[in-house]
Amino acid sequence: MSTDILHRTQYTFSIGGIHPRANKLTAGSPIRKAKLPPNVTIFLSQHLGAPAVCLVEKGQKVKTGTLIAKPQSFISAGIHSSVSGVVEKIEAMYDPCGYKRPAVIIRVEGDEWEESIDRSPDLIWKTGMSGPELVSRISDSGVVGLGGACFPTNVKYILPKGKTADTLIINGVECEPYLTSDHRLMLEKADEILIGIEILKTALSVRSAVIGIEANKPDAAELLSIKAADYPGTEVKLLKVQYPQGAEKQLIQALVQREVPSGKLPIDAGCVVDNIGTAFAVYEAVQKNKPLFERVVTVTGPNVAAPGNFLVRIGTPVRSILEECGGIPDNTAKIINGGPMMGKTLVNTEVPVTKGTSGILLLPEESACRKTEQNCIRCGRCVNVCPMGLTPFHLDVLSRHTRIDELETGGVLDCIECGNCSYVCPSSRSLLDYIRLGKMKTAHAVRERNKK
Amino acid sequence: MNVLVSPVILLGAIGAVSAVLLSITARFFKVHEDPRIDSIAEMLPGANCGGCGYPGCRGLAEALAKGADKKDISALKCPPGGNDTMNKIAAYLGMTAAQTEPTIAVLRCYGTLSAAPSKYRFDGPKSCAVENMLFSGESGCGYGCVGNGDCAAACTFGAITLSPVTGLPEVDPLKCTSCGKCVTACPRNLFEIRTRGKKDRRVWISCRNTEKGGFARKNCASACIGCGACVKACPEQFSAITMQNNLAYIDSIKCKRCGKCISVCPTHAVKATFEPPKKEENL
Repeated sequence: MSTDILHRTQYTFSIGGIHPRANKLTAGSPIRKAKLPPNVTIFLSQHLGAPAVCLVEKGQKVKTGTLIAKPQSFISAGIHSSVSGVVEKIEAMYDPCGYKRPAVIIRVEGDEWEESIDRSPDLIWKTGMSGPELVSRISDSGVVGLGGACFPTNVKYILPKGKTADTLIINGVECEPYLTSDHRLMLEKADEILIGIEILKTALSVRSAVIGIEANKPDAAELLSIKAADYPGTEVKLLKVQYPQGAEKQLIQALVQREVPSGKLPIDAGCVVDNIGTAFAVYEAVQKNKPLFERVVTVTGPNVAAPGNFLVRIGTPVRSILEECGGIPDNTAKIINGGPMMGKTLVNTEVPVTKGTSGILLLPEESACRKTEQNCIRCGRCVNVCPMGLTPFHLDVLSRHTRIDELETGGVLDCIECGNCSYVCPSSRSLLDYIRLGKMKTAHAVRERNKK
Repeated sequence: MNVLVSPVILLGAIGAVSAVLLSITARFFKVHEDPRIDSIAEMLPGANCGGCGYPGCRGLAEALAKGADKKDISALKCPPGGNDTMNKIAAYLGMTAAQTEPTIAVLRCYGTLSAAPSKYRFDGPKSCAVENMLFSGESGCGYGCVGNGDCAAACTFGAITLSPVTGLPEVDPLKCTSCGKCVTACPRNLFEIRTRGKKDRRVWISCRNTEKGGFARKNCASACIGCGACVKACPEQFSAITMQNNLAYIDSIKCKRCGKCISVCPTHAVKATFEPPKKEENL
């Protein structure tokens, strides 16, 4: 069987965008299981929203997949143990930013899974559950958006009153350079992902789903479009390579040519967006009763001895995975959590992998460190590349002078923090840093105003 | 000649009519302003620092004039001008100003380069607000001074300089007017406006971290570990020191500057000045 997907028209979003070098070094390396570390550190807040409430005590025995913290409000997610062993302590630990957050530290003993988890590799097609049942199962399994933002998935499927969705959008774009975890997942778990999409379609009660894949992953696009032929309503669309296509609003525009209004959510354009990894996690949660306690992490970098894609248990220290890849190369300047465009540098390698870690990138000095900041030459390149149509050079100045009103009218709250402006700036200005600061202050001011 | 006459007459006429119109407008649309505002504004320091809570010195002058009408100016004060300025203005308005103790900005962190050494280098923009948003700071302490000098940039009076030895901002007691700009500029709220104390003697806890002792010491050798030795050392009749969240705090009004807490602190987090600032010779 073959498909003509590679010859169809390729779509993309309309404004801005850049083409950083893809550097997908690990696209050809199959997903390997990372070895279990002696201790795992599981944060109680690995998602957007309220932190989960700890359910275990010091000294308690847990199995792989045991619920160790339950969600405490509407926007929150449960946390499950990723290993079997004994709870060593419940303490505040350093998160990847260097701030302290409450965490559960578990000493690993063997690998005994909860009996309810189906560990067989067989595909299960039928669910036999209704939409609300599916949503509650997704919620019980602690599934969050695995694209990076970690928004609790179940919340997206409880639609606000008066809103309806007609399309489910699945993000297989992986536009960040270096990262290949979604690409590998699509190649190795295509059936599971498609069943996951069927489940999400039922949960949302929509007929159509569109999977967006960038043209630099033709193998994945071809495979998924052949298999998707068996699932009516699900189609694969090939997209032109352009960063940041994986951003919600850009992806919706590229795939279904709708614009999400400023300050609104995808649901206002009749869409719900989820990541490939999330679709797979949903399949496992619903069909295998397996909560989200492991994820695929790409460990890569130009000088890494053995880069690869690993199936890592949540809470594994970064150091332990790096050891499997041949250690840290000597000239490493930064170890980045995520991709090079939106990822954040880790403060040390003891920090654990969380639900949002899509990759660990080791960059040498020449490509990681910033150049000296110079004056803005008003070339307007940042304006050209901004996918939200903002004026970054102007927002930067406003933010440096804390001009909240003008920031708000300038649309700073629409900034998706993709980093295009900082990437292209010939004067190496720290545009995004200041815009992010201005966005935070403006959001705070708006919240204060709405309270009154 | 004829060529000149008509334009001169025309322009003269326009001028005369405009003059009449302007003088009528000036009479009927005159904005009456309290003449006291100008005089009060002249008495104020004119730094427009905003320490009083009003937009610039004129803002305070207007508020003072308004307050004088209502016979109440007790809530208004000019931190840089101090009691002298306020007394002068109050005398002009025929009232008495509330007397306030002179205050000064104090930095509550002593994570010097040697006490809290850098664990990594932040290569982003030199701004405390930006670094605070992304990371816990180079020393790893999420409470202490980030050391990029947002306070120094915000200080209108040039009273704050970053010391190259300690890496911390230093407040010049002669220049500081306690306007409070540094308090809002610091993303970690490390500055506090405290009373200057008699002869510039003051004692304060130079730390803001609320972690348990062991954890705090990992990042900084001069962190307050919450041992409570200072609370015990403080004479009972003063009881100026309170302990909350593993962090001691000295009430600057209750504190009588006996200095007993200073020597008992195992990490030297209690800081004190016992010397009045020396004036430079040419001043």
